[in-house]
Amino acid sequence: MLKIFEDKCTGCEVCVSKCPFDALEMKNNIAVVNHDACTLCGICVKSCEFDAIELEKEEKSDKKDLSAYSGVWVLAEQRENELLNVSFELCSEGRKLADELDTDLSAVVLGSDIKGKAKELIAYGADHIYVVEDEELKHYRTETYTGIITEMIEKAKPEIVLLGATHNGRDLGPRLSARLDTGLTADCTKLAIDDERGILLQTRPAFGGNLMATIVCPEHRPQMSTVRPGVMEKAEPDYDRVGDINEVEVKLTENDINSEVVREAKIINLKSNLSEVEMFTQIKDIIKEAKKGVNLEDANIIVSGGRGVGDPDGFSCIEELASTLGGEVGASRAVVDEGWIDKEHQVGQTGKTVQPRVYLACGISGAIQHRAGIENSDLIIAINTDEEAPIFDVCDYGIVGDLHEIVPLLSEVFAEVLN
Amino acid sequence: MNIIVCVKQVPDTNEVKIDEKKGTLIREGVPSIINPEDKIAIEEAVRLKEEFGGKVTVISMGPPQAKDALIEAYAMGADDAILLSDRAFAGSDTWATAYTLAQGIKEIGDYDLIFCGRQAIDGDTAQVGPQVAENLDIPQITYVTDLEIENKKVTAKRQLEDGYSIIETQLPVLLTVLDGLNEPRYPSIKRIVDAYKRENTVKVWSTEDFEVDKDKLGLDASPTQVYDTFVPTHETKGEMLEGSAKEKVEKLIEKLKEEQVV
Repeated sequence: MLKIFEDKCTGCEVCVSKCPFDALEMKNNIAVVNHDACTLCGICVKSCEFDAIELEKEEKSDKKDLSAYSGVWVLAEQRENELLNVSFELCSEGRKLADELDTDLSAVVLGSDIKGKAKELIAYGADHIYVVEDEELKHYRTETYTGIITEMIEKAKPEIVLLGATHNGRDLGPRLSARLDTGLTADCTKLAIDDERGILLQTRPAFGGNLMATIVCPEHRPQMSTVRPGVMEKAEPDYDRVGDINEVEVKLTENDINSEVVREAKIINLKSNLSEVEMFTQIKDIIKEAKKGVNLEDANIIVSGGRGVGDPDGFSCIEELASTLGGEVGASRAVVDEGWIDKEHQVGQTGKTVQPRVYLACGISGAIQHRAGIENSDLIIAINTDEEAPIFDVCDYGIVGDLHEIVPLLSEVFAEVLN
Repeated sequence: MNIIVCVKQVPDTNEVKIDEKKGTLIREGVPSIINPEDKIAIEEAVRLKEEFGGKVTVISMGPPQAKDALIEAYAMGADDAILLSDRAFAGSDTWATAYTLAQGIKEIGDYDLIFCGRQAIDGDTAQVGPQVAENLDIPQITYVTDLEIENKKVTAKRQLEDGYSIIETQLPVLLTVLDGLNEPRYPSIKRIVDAYKRENTVKVWSTEDFEVDKDKLGLDASPTQVYDTFVPTHETKGEMLEGSAKEKVEKLIEKLKEEQVV
């Protein structure tokens, strides 16, 4: 229940404007809650400078003992026995969190032949690597992976677990959180440790990217987050770093699954029958589709077009500039919805999060959903006919003008300069 | 074939504007809609019912006004609609939402398939579907772009970043679906009229109407909490380049040289 302390409320109305659900109004200069509309989201509580709002939470008597949990884990992901880039990004970020907490960073990898590659995670900050190898683990499968990782987490009790927000990570993460009865925050763009409480502050876009929200998981462990590929910075690898590799053995079809790992790392013994869950789903086939040449996440230069391109043909000058610069073509949600360009070009909250060296936004007004996806760009250049377009608020360099004039000129001049 | 579809009523986030000065959302005039991917889920369920017979039940957790979304689902061809609505559910995060929905689904009982949209546009977490599957202890296939059903078996095409996989599993299973699986039909006007005429098109269940552990509901039970919210910012130089088109372009090239981009 949301409670307002009338003696503290100054009638400043900040909470009324902050409430995303129109659940607060002023009556006689005091904020009043419409309990039918209030979703207890808690946004107003933080917004009140006068501590006049409180979210009453029932204190649980059976508080869990959280002190048994320590260490930061990264669930590294492999496909075809190659580690995904996001695994290195997560290790780099996990290292920082572990240092702040003065604890160890471990990386967990499941696969069929991944031990050799997994070593590299040490160079990116891992102290311990847990490798689980079995032919059955070659491809990600919800139940098999959930079963094994749940057991590992229950045994080793890490306080933080990070996953890549890939299709597989977003399939596995929620399943794990429900089985472990703990919280999971999706698609985090920033992670930090709260100095006072030592808990993980997980920041993510909320309300369709219109707001950023910092989420905490104070009373459950592990604290789990997924992080989108390309959001966290990959550290420079340090191949002199020392870490250990621990093989965790599973026998997937037998009743007893045993493994013993003893070193500096925590001991993980798996003992359970995974044969039942293992049979849940079967992978019939995995098909790689011919790359259409769109790799926005890793692109150094992205030239994006929005409604200002005018029509599908309008993209040709965008494509030309992108190819001159050796970059990729991006697009706003508006033009993807219009069907002017394929969805895989879409940049933004519902599309790809990008972090190029240079992001050129051409004819894009800069809806906040779009901006959420380009924030990590080093340099944002905006070209738009409307000088009031919000994209100019976030750009490093802005040009008011018609992209159909400016963009071909840019191609021309760049071609000269680059030659 | 008995099919359950989980739906969520969401504000159309495309229409949400932001008051940059105050750093707040402007929700005035923002319509409430069925989450777009949930509409795909409803359509797929109705098509399967039309092919195999059976029944489609739509279920939602939300405030009383979420009834409208369920009536729209009914008008698209769902047979039954259940709204889990109780003050006790307020403040639920995905963990508590999934628990509540799963308990509602257990009350409905007999099902072969559960459909969810992959994610809701107001939260974009994609977590509730898999968490419901876990609560029900059934398999899941997420990111589904195509499916076939034969002999109590589902074969689904699951989208990956660089292709797709073909996954097969026994019923019952929970599937989360993507845009592109089908083209949702328009709700039938006749059924909308019909829905509002009938009194109980949408059954509203409170905590009294289905079995729930009250310690697993709403804000108090939710592992995650909102700690802070703010408007995203990007620190930038914000320098406007002036002059003729040619001059602007030349200035930009100079700037990029300074930044050592070219």
